[in-house]
Amino acid sequence: MAKRVAKLQKDLCVACGTCVKVCPKNAISIYKGKYAQVDESKCIGCSLCAKECPASIITIKTKEVVA
Amino acid sequence: MKKPWYEYMWIISVLYLILGFFNILFAWLGMFCFIIPLLISIIKGNKSYCNKYCGRGQMLTWLGKKIGISRKKPMPRWMTKKWFRYGFLAFFMIMFAQMIFVTFLVFKDVRGLSETVKLLWTFKIPWSFAYKVTGLPLWISQFAFGFYSVMLTSTILGIITNILFKPRSWCIYCPMGTMTQLICEIKDKS
Repeated sequence: MAKRVAKLQKDLCVACGTCVKVCPKNAISIYKGKYAQVDESKCIGCSLCAKECPASIITIKTKEVVA
Repeated sequence: MKKPWYEYMWIISVLYLILGFFNILFAWLGMFCFIIPLLISIIKGNKSYCNKYCGRGQMLTWLGKKIGISRKKPMPRWMTKKWFRYGFLAFFMIMFAQMIFVTFLVFKDVRGLSETVKLLWTFKIPWSFAYKVTGLPLWISQFAFGFYSVMLTSTILGIITNILFKPRSWCIYCPMGTMTQLICEIKDKS
């Protein structure tokens, strides 16, 4: 089974938190003020965060999940 | 659901910019925008200021998303790179130091008070309409003019990148954001 999840480029993240605000599933948090972290078990791949991110460093990727 | 109190911080940011047109001494209040995020990152080791409380960020979101003054296009890659962010921080610090130096010259009576606001580090705008003779030492007013210049200049840059790119593009190169993230990284390492 394939699942769509948000992936982000950690090294370019400024930890501004705009993605956290728009995530409908509360799947994103800012890790120690350094970068955003996606909880893949909560992420539904809706891409709201990808659209919001001012640095445009979030992309939606398809991930294979073993059912 | 009721909005938490901190979602209204944009009002303070707008008010701050308006107050500078009436009395330049209000510019001093902008120090809170420098001290609070630094203290939070030093003490707590997080960026909750950016994430929750930053009024400017909220104001830019509002301008871009609600009013719709934004092309909503990704910003150029180079602007998101570390060298650009640290470079802008360094430039900003040099300009800030220069402003402090001018304040010092006025304090030392070497220079008179300049009742102007300098926009984009270049254009001197006469601002004497917001200056009231108070009897306070002149350097206090000089710093206010300088500090308000910093705040207005960065707001203008923020609005320009908001229009050209996505809302809150300012956050990418915001010197305070870069500094607090750096503090968080150093704090986490030690």
